[in-house]
Amino acid sequence: MEMVKVTVDGQTVEVPNGSTILAAAKKAGIKIPTLCYHEDFNVKAMCRICVVEVVGARTLQAACSQPVSDGMVIITNSPAVRQARKINLELLLSNHPQDCLNCVRNQRCELQALADQLGVQQQRFHTKTRPESPKDESTAALVRDPDKCILCRRCVEVCHEVQSVGAIAPGNRGINTQILPAGGVDLNDVACVQCGQCSLVCPVAAIYEQDHTERVWAALADPEKHVVVQTAPAIRVSIGEEFGMEPGQVTTGQLVAALRRLGFDRVFDTDFTADLTIIEEGHEFIDRLTNGGVLPMITSCSPGWIKFIEHFYPEYLDHLSTCKSPQQMFGALAKTYYAEKAGIDPKNIYVVSIMPCTAKKFECGRPEMSASGYPDVDAVLTTRELGKMLRQAGIVFSELPEEEYDDPFGITTGAGVIFGASGGVMEAALRTVYEVVTKETLPSVDFNAVRGIEGIKEAEVDLKGTKVKVAVANGLGNARKLMDLIKEGKADYQFIEIMCCPGGCIGGGGQPIPTTNEIRKKRIEAIYKADAGLPLRKSHENPAVKTLYEEYLGKPLGEKSHQLLHTHYTKRGKYPEKSVG
Amino acid sequence: MLAKTDCSLPTPKLSAILDKYKKSPGSLLEILREAQAINGYLSREILQLIAEEVGVPESKVYGVATFYSLFKTAPTGRYIIRICESAPCHIRGAQDVLAAIEKTLAIKPGETTPDGKFTLEFTSCLGLCGVAPAMMINDQVFGNLTGDRVREIINSF
Ligand code: SF4
Ligand code: SF4
Ligand code: SF4
Ligand code: FES
Repeated sequence: MEMVKVTVDGQTVEVPNGSTILAAAKKAGIKIPTLCYHEDFNVKAMCRICVVEVVGARTLQAACSQPVSDGMVIITNSPAVRQARKINLELLLSNHPQDCLNCVRNQRCELQALADQLGVQQQRFHTKTRPESPKDESTAALVRDPDKCILCRRCVEVCHEVQSVGAIAPGNRGINTQILPAGGVDLNDVACVQCGQCSLVCPVAAIYEQDHTERVWAALADPEKHVVVQTAPAIRVSIGEEFGMEPGQVTTGQLVAALRRLGFDRVFDTDFTADLTIIEEGHEFIDRLTNGGVLPMITSCSPGWIKFIEHFYPEYLDHLSTCKSPQQMFGALAKTYYAEKAGIDPKNIYVVSIMPCTAKKFECGRPEMSASGYPDVDAVLTTRELGKMLRQAGIVFSELPEEEYDDPFGITTGAGVIFGASGGVMEAALRTVYEVVTKETLPSVDFNAVRGIEGIKEAEVDLKGTKVKVAVANGLGNARKLMDLIKEGKADYQFIEIMCCPGGCIGGGGQPIPTTNEIRKKRIEAIYKADAGLPLRKSHENPAVKTLYEEYLGKPLGEKSHQLLHTHYTKRGKYPEKSVG
Repeated sequence: MLAKTDCSLPTPKLSAILDKYKKSPGSLLEILREAQAINGYLSREILQLIAEEVGVPESKVYGVATFYSLFKTAPTGRYIIRICESAPCHIRGAQDVLAAIEKTLAIKPGETTPDGKFTLEFTSCLGLCGVAPAMMINDQVFGNLTGDRVREIINSF
């Protein structure tokens, strides 16, 4: 690569030709303030917060979009630069509700942080000309607050380019510009999958998750309620970031301790029902493979993916495994098997999930998800919401001792843990399917071909004569590619894993902010570290799962399983609004 | 789900338009302009059919349709009242005139009366600053407006 020399504030640095001024400054140890820029997306240069002086240029340049040239002399900190940045920000703020104290993003907001960084101390411009709009609270998972939107368009990029959903886009013009669903209708009335990737990239409080913390506090304070909590695989490698820890730390033990201190009666692990999912789904796959069932079979753990196929490929729903997601299996068992075992009336059991995902809030409200006669799951907290509750309770996460999960849903395997990363469900399934079909022990449990953040991965496994071709996709744009292959009859796979969010659940829409692809990679490493550190690595070796079948379920795909652990899907179509077609 | 054969949709005319532009990508504006001529505005159904044909999400087509004030995404009344929102009219009392219209018709700018007779809209300068505040109803212009006068004008339609 051709390198060029540029001078940034008197320092000379060498960077690849075509680098932006922003990247060159970073190399010189200078962090130019940015707002609309996001490292994983195309540059839009909307906000002009990142302006710098380039010697010889007539006007200030946007550092996030302007490429360097050899010999360029850049000044990032001059009176003119400081003034321009500040005025640009103040103009943005003049149209922004001055509401930080009451805001969900208070102290975790890029706009607020910039106001501090650029030294805004008073409101000089009062030009609030933008018409006010009501909040959109129509969906189960998300709230949109257009008044706080700074029109950076990151959400549009992630929704269209990464997820290929296209639920929201800029509409109207000038001062009336807003990010809108088609027709200006509520988000719930268009094909939005509620993945929350938009909430993950929004720099301000213009899109965020529906709050479940209040109902959880209420349940914890209610002496009638037996409150149990389950933690998704991906939480143990991300919750530390809510407390300023470096991404990529495994904090399973502290997570358990923290939840116990919050007052949960039992702290359980969704990994347990991840193992159970593998038993049910593995047998379902073997059944389809040997009895001519619909193939390729596609995994069904990711509720954003489920909603996507229901909207965009409704004619392919019979490719989905009928297994409920681990979250819902857990809830169904907590209010039946566990209720019986513990001698508690299921109506008094309150199930809380800690999930990396906003779509889980939608999933738990699906009408079919109430196998016991009560909702399987009563409340879903994102990683961010759990962070908030722990801060409210004054729990110092980093100083907690490591504690163990409760029995019986605390006994898990590495196969359950890796559900948190793209490829993990496939790998866990292969570990079990191989041994069930061949009746032999796997030489190595590691299926490296399906690991990593790459959008689409493929592998072939030889089940002693039967070759099985599998594919793994993460991010709905990649899911769409695989679905189009199936549609064109060009997919020669038997088994496909699809996760809605880039990187899998570790990159979910409810994870700590920021979540970038770099951070996703660190969380993925942590997931496989946690897997490797466990004594049991295969779901079918989980003793508590075996006991569950002996005591209660009978056999995989049996009658009880069908009643509690399996589900059906809904054809939604691309234009779900009732008034249309 | 939207079916292309749904007979309530204006498919024949729209299909002809879509066919015409099939081979020229980037003709979204032309398609929208011709499609609007079918029944005076771009309904959700029309936007969806265009989105399918052009291969972009409906949200983006809607975004384009609302960016240009020439395009309408809701049916308009038989009479479109355009009230000037420029500074000269503002200074000479356009707000009072607007309030009187809103009260008489019980609609706000951007809305249409339930009987489909009037639509109220803002417009930028009409070049009638000499007789500000001013408005247009379809092709007719009215100046030197007051609350009382605007009520009379509306009632005369
Ligand atoms: S979005 Fe940020 S700047 Fe706006 S009110 Fe909330 S915290 Fe303050
Ligand atoms: S939740 Fe997902 S599908 Fe819905 S608007 Fe946000 S990014 Fe798009
Ligand atoms: S909603 Fe958030 S991410 Fe989307 S444009 Fe507005 S500020 Fe940016
Ligand atoms: S960060 Fe460069 S223009 Fe917004």
